[in-house]
Amino acid sequence: MYRYDEIDREFLADRANEFRLQVGRRLAGEITEDQFKPLRLMNGLYLQLHAYMLRIAVPYGSMDSRQMRALADIARRYDRGYGHFTTRQNIQFNWTKLADAPDMLDALAAVDMHAIQTSGNCIRNTTSDPFAGATAEEVDDPRVWCEVIRQWSTLHPEFSYLPRKFKIAVTAADHDRAAVKVHDIGLILKRGDDGSLGFEVFVGGGQGRTPYVAPSIRKHLPVDQLLSYLEAILRVYNRHGRRDNIYKARIKILVSSLGAEEFTRQVEEEWSKIDVAAANLPDTELARIRAAFAPLPFQALPATSEAFEAAKADPAFARFARNNVRAHKQPGYAVVVVSLKKVGDTPGDASADQMDLVADLAETHSLDDIRVTHEQNLVLPHVKLDAVPTVYAALAAAGLATPNIDLASDIIACPGLDYCALANARAIPVAQDIAARFDDDRADLVGELKIKISGCINACGHHHVGHIGILGVDKKGEEFYQLSLGGSGAEDASLAQILGPAVPANRVADAVDTLVETYLTQRSGEERFLDTFRRVGLAPFKEAVYAEAH
Amino acid sequence: MPKLIKRDADGQFAAAEDAFIDIREEDGVPAAIPGNGPVILSLARFQEEGDALLSGGRQVGVRIASNEAIEDLAYDLPRLALVALEFPKYRDGRAYTSARLLRERFGYTGEIRAVGDVLREQAGFMVRCGIDAFEVSDGSSPEEWAAATHRYRHVYQRAADSRAPAWKERA
Repeated sequence: MYRYDEIDREFLADRANEFRLQVGRRLAGEITEDQFKPLRLMNGLYLQLHAYMLRIAVPYGSMDSRQMRALADIARRYDRGYGHFTTRQNIQFNWTKLADAPDMLDALAAVDMHAIQTSGNCIRNTTSDPFAGATAEEVDDPRVWCEVIRQWSTLHPEFSYLPRKFKIAVTAADHDRAAVKVHDIGLILKRGDDGSLGFEVFVGGGQGRTPYVAPSIRKHLPVDQLLSYLEAILRVYNRHGRRDNIYKARIKILVSSLGAEEFTRQVEEEWSKIDVAAANLPDTELARIRAAFAPLPFQALPATSEAFEAAKADPAFARFARNNVRAHKQPGYAVVVVSLKKVGDTPGDASADQMDLVADLAETHSLDDIRVTHEQNLVLPHVKLDAVPTVYAALAAAGLATPNIDLASDIIACPGLDYCALANARAIPVAQDIAARFDDDRADLVGELKIKISGCINACGHHHVGHIGILGVDKKGEEFYQLSLGGSGAEDASLAQILGPAVPANRVADAVDTLVETYLTQRSGEERFLDTFRRVGLAPFKEAVYAEAH
Repeated sequence: MPKLIKRDADGQFAAAEDAFIDIREEDGVPAAIPGNGPVILSLARFQEEGDALLSGGRQVGVRIASNEAIEDLAYDLPRLALVALEFPKYRDGRAYTSARLLRERFGYTGEIRAVGDVLREQAGFMVRCGIDAFEVSDGSSPEEWAAATHRYRHVYQRAADSRAPAWKERA
């Protein structure tokens, strides 16, 4: 994993000092909240319903045990003993006091962490495949390129006041675990016909109130051309993206209004004028960054483990092994997904004690590597199969081994009206209600089902790409929920279709139940919910849900 | 009277006298151009009257609105005394691109002046994009402006200034 050097550390120290001065000016009354707002937003500090919220960047969702322990420490000292992992692979603390924020940033800087560009109309934290460096599927390690982008985009002098926020995701595997096609820029690493490494470049995807699946604007961008090409895309957007209407300011609107072909022409024209030799990163620096992601010291182990197989005699472990353990590229190792979706808990929340435990397990059993997924879970990416039973036991004792990864109770939910100043409706209690309908057996029976809940049209809970998407709306002061079906943020990306009229809060879990029962009667063979929906269409689901409502 | 801060070739910031009169429209009516002193014109006005003013020996600068293309000025750059880039709101980042293109694509070496909503929080970005004169709107002193510019010991990317990005420092 990438280690900060003196330059990175001095940069963070300068950043933390700058923010301390700004908070000091605010607390002393030298500047107004209006003047302070853009400054705090540059440092990930939002003012929410009940308190300030500090959003901390976890670059491409990757951290080590030392960093996770620091987060636990911050949760205890400055929050209420927990933190919330987000769909941007970040973590946010929802009960921050303004006067504490500079100390929190210092504590973060001490472990090479920060809150830079976690808000504002700038290039946000680049996200990636949480299985990077562990999965056999990838053609290259996407983290190399995420780190290249992190450095290039950090306090970029030209692109820090864009028309609107800008999100980039990178993956290198056929199975898209980073939702790249619903990002402003999605990059998929691929080998070209000649074997050379390149990016397929997708631009103009997004969620929010006008969702789009991004069109591909270049099939094969040679990897060493990445920064000059990004510069061209961002420059076209910075100049021509709309600034008159916040709801039409994302790049997806520009791409859609120009058409992908014309947008591509403008990017290519701009790119042809850029001094690419100067704009691209030199090979020496690429090599330095690549070295940080060199293959880890894996041991040569047999592909199967007796201890792992024997432990399956316990049905609970067998279920965990089936649902939460994924293949690793190195024989004898596995990827273990830690569920932050225990039924009854808030999706994505982790207590300080849980964070410490995950840190301990990572240090002992996962080569000191931890990932955050955009589905708001954690990953121990390099666990020896022999050690999986031990890791499981420890996770289970801490409520972190719910065997529900990618199943109906593994729900994405935004903070909603419980915390967020923008929300129209609550999302967390709805997620809890639905999850309660899916005990381990039923969740297993139903199989892969991605339910995603947003408390408002901004779609932070990714409802447009849920197999079942749920959007909270306010109807004359009451919370209603609009259901939609058939979305996907994965390699088969698609936008969900609205099922029908919104239902009241107390009917959402019943409606989801009905959708699932309809699926089970319609399912053919091993079909996923999504595949059944794509085959039979909306009608049978609509009929079932609204027939019952009468 | 807005305060003008200039950055010299050695990177030092100092308060400067502003000899230029910015000719603006008033209620949609173009203001008269007084005397024969240095003036700043809008792009449209420059395209109409620039030739005459320049041939009369006057120093002329052009003000570019954030929605105007800097390319439209490319052939005139050698004749201009300065280019003023408008920041109608500090959040409008288009002028950063204009400044970089002036320096990097068109090789412009004259004064680039930031006008409008010009705050010290933007100082570092402005300098890095090649802006070297600042009509500040927040009352910043040259010392405060310099401090804001030099707040970071390192930068991560190449821009229109001479600062070495982190990768070059490491090499």
